[in-house]
Amino acid sequence: MMELVCPAGTPAALRAAVDAGAHTVYCGFADETNARNFPGLNFSREEMAAGVDYAVARGARVLVAINTYPRAGAQVVWHRAVADAHAAGAHAVILADPGLIAHAAETHPDLRLHLSVQAAAANPDAINLYADSFGIRRVVLPRVLTVEEITAINREIDIETEVFVFGGLCVMAEGRCSLSSWATGLSPNMNGVCSPAGHVAYAETEGANEARLGGWLIHRTPKGGPAPYPTLCKGCFSAPATDTAPAQTGHIFEDPVSLDATELIPRLHKAGVTALKIEGRQRSRAYVAQVVRSFRAAVEAADRGEPMPAGLLAKLTEGQAATTGAYAKTWR
Amino acid sequence: MTQTPALPRLLGPLALLPLATPALGLALTRLLRRIARQKPAILARLGDARSARFLIDVTDGPVILLIEPEPRRITASRRDRPEPVHDAAIRGRMAAFLAMLHGREDGDALFFSGELAITGDTGAVLALRNALDDAELDLTEELAALSRPPLDRWLRHASALVARRSGFVLSREEPQP
Amino acid sequence: MTMDLTIGPVAFFWTAERMRDFYRDLATSPARRVVIGEWVCSKRLPFWQHEIPGAVETLLAAGTEVALSTLALITLKRERRQTAELFAAGIPVEIADLGALKHLPEGAPFQVGPMVNVYNEGTLYWLARKGATRICLPPELPLDSVRVLAQAGREAGVAVEVWGHGRAPLAISGRCYHARLHDRAKDSCQFVCGEDPDGREVQTLDGKSFLTVNGVQTMGHAHTTVARQIRDLGEAGVSAIRISPQHGDFAAIIDIYDRALRGISPPGATLTALGAAMPGAAFADGFLAGAPGLRPAR
Repeated sequence: MMELVCPAGTPAALRAAVDAGAHTVYCGFADETNARNFPGLNFSREEMAAGVDYAVARGARVLVAINTYPRAGAQVVWHRAVADAHAAGAHAVILADPGLIAHAAETHPDLRLHLSVQAAAANPDAINLYADSFGIRRVVLPRVLTVEEITAINREIDIETEVFVFGGLCVMAEGRCSLSSWATGLSPNMNGVCSPAGHVAYAETEGANEARLGGWLIHRTPKGGPAPYPTLCKGCFSAPATDTAPAQTGHIFEDPVSLDATELIPRLHKAGVTALKIEGRQRSRAYVAQVVRSFRAAVEAADRGEPMPAGLLAKLTEGQAATTGAYAKTWR
Repeated sequence: MTQTPALPRLLGPLALLPLATPALGLALTRLLRRIARQKPAILARLGDARSARFLIDVTDGPVILLIEPEPRRITASRRDRPEPVHDAAIRGRMAAFLAMLHGREDGDALFFSGELAITGDTGAVLALRNALDDAELDLTEELAALSRPPLDRWLRHASALVARRSGFVLSREEPQP
Repeated sequence: MTMDLTIGPVAFFWTAERMRDFYRDLATSPARRVVIGEWVCSKRLPFWQHEIPGAVETLLAAGTEVALSTLALITLKRERRQTAELFAAGIPVEIADLGALKHLPEGAPFQVGPMVNVYNEGTLYWLARKGATRICLPPELPLDSVRVLAQAGREAGVAVEVWGHGRAPLAISGRCYHARLHDRAKDSCQFVCGEDPDGREVQTLDGKSFLTVNGVQTMGHAHTTVARQIRDLGEAGVSAIRISPQHGDFAAIIDIYDRALRGISPPGATLTALGAAMPGAAFADGFLAGAPGLRPAR
């Protein structure tokens, strides 16, 4: 059966994920060392150790994401996070920064290393470079690849692959995006946040809901309608007319959709993918339980060669619309 | 989501009594202090948002609530009075609040669909939502814990009855196996 | 130690003629080194790659250092093959995607471009051990980090460069936003990005200039500039600043920075001169200050 890797932003969500049938849960420490450094989220050292115990007692595993890029002059904070994850009994750590991976491989030779999607290893050369240099055991593939490309990658590498199947969708190559710091000064790579809540303002003006990020208007929707979170790349913008092209207004980068690749699970299995990842450490324990239960049923069905259930999770997706994203070539 | 007005109608007359609003605030403050004692992780999770003032506007409820985590105080005020000063506000129907609090619905899904609307300090609202989600609160049990037997038993019965009649989520959702 | 000037690879889709003229002019400029190659989209390369050998020859003959750039996002087999071929050309290569290192001949020196994530000493030392001789840091890094990295670079024998001028590369994607603006997919783009030699402007709904779309790349709209931070960078031990090619009087822009680096312009004059050379342009310098990158330079 394909391994189901599920998000947990809180100890309650971790327990919910394990109880709902997650094979593996990933989470992070409550600081800038992980890419979901959101208010009220994540684990203290004690909570992490207790979370690992809870999971292991029920046959599940915990991965600790330490996937931001250590700040120059303050690398010790990230080094300590790796040591503490190891001590807590994490099955593996998920890392992105080559310097940090080199440190982990040297200092904790028995610790299993996964390459975070934030490392943006999008081709076999990059993946093999990490595998050969540091003994990386699994790579989380960027959400810019088609199923055909994933198949081709798996033919050329010897380590496991993990791909996203549900949740928020980065349209840019992850770990290589400074859109958030352009508008707010805070970025996924440096601070573990994208379009951070502290810079978000919702307001009602002239019968419309407006969402701003760092003071910049990202969404304007009719009053009472859905109010998407103002993630920069899913905002509504306009491109003024040029000499050769008319003006355009709309979701220039991506519509406010989220990823649902349930229907692709059998093809991803055939492509040699080891694990399916669900995004959403910032979502509630209710969300985690529902999504995990549904995907556990889907991977079990795939294992029996049965068709995939469809449309079970529509209500939980942002803006109520779903896409299979880059996995289909037409998305590009 | 079902939008049945049974609970607001039940609570409606309360707001008309001149002394009811302060009394409600006192009762809720007592509840908040108990929760803060039992689950100190909530305040730890809130971080900087501990000092924020949250306005909870249950639009089909009789009163507006101001929650101040640091002094552990909840103040109720009448809807026809000016809104108290606050840093962040969450507005929506009772059913949406209760569903989020008890883990029936995901906060993000309620925000994205417009069932709950946020203004002010979005970061503080996120911290509050995440802290409450982790706390796995059960309002019925918390209220029952504040009552002496046999009142607590009656309260649980009444809560279950109201929940069935109104469709409101009045207890913590346990994940179905 | 005085800082010198590096001219980065052209980010936009220019015609072969424009490329030829651009590099011919650069040969007589005060720039110390030039990085040349298709950086953004491999579909553009057949239209101008035949200009590269001539440009390299002209630049080398003029005494300018030259490096060849890889693509910033390498996914296709063809793109990997092209990357391997770059290393065989006998000219230093600047990697823009870490995966390119897999094709590095044993012991060959290389440079690192601003799209490779070098955020800390650990990564800088690792790259230095692999043979890196020069690293252009990611544009979003604040000065505090630049200081630490420039110091580490000195210890490891790596020259550290900073994004000095031009629309900052903010993101790269598998999807082409330029084609999407024309309701086309990447595979049937008909090279619409060639119509906008400085990229296509993106505004917020209330009409504020915000970003620039350049094919699969997204850039800032305001031009990032270190005009007001040159002294800080010198004191930090930075060895070069990078100027990104743009449409218009590029020679004038190089000249402005050259004068600033040589201390000929009084402090404050650089930004004024840029404003005169680029009428109507907006300038930003927030990244180095740890502020939003688009913070206006004043």
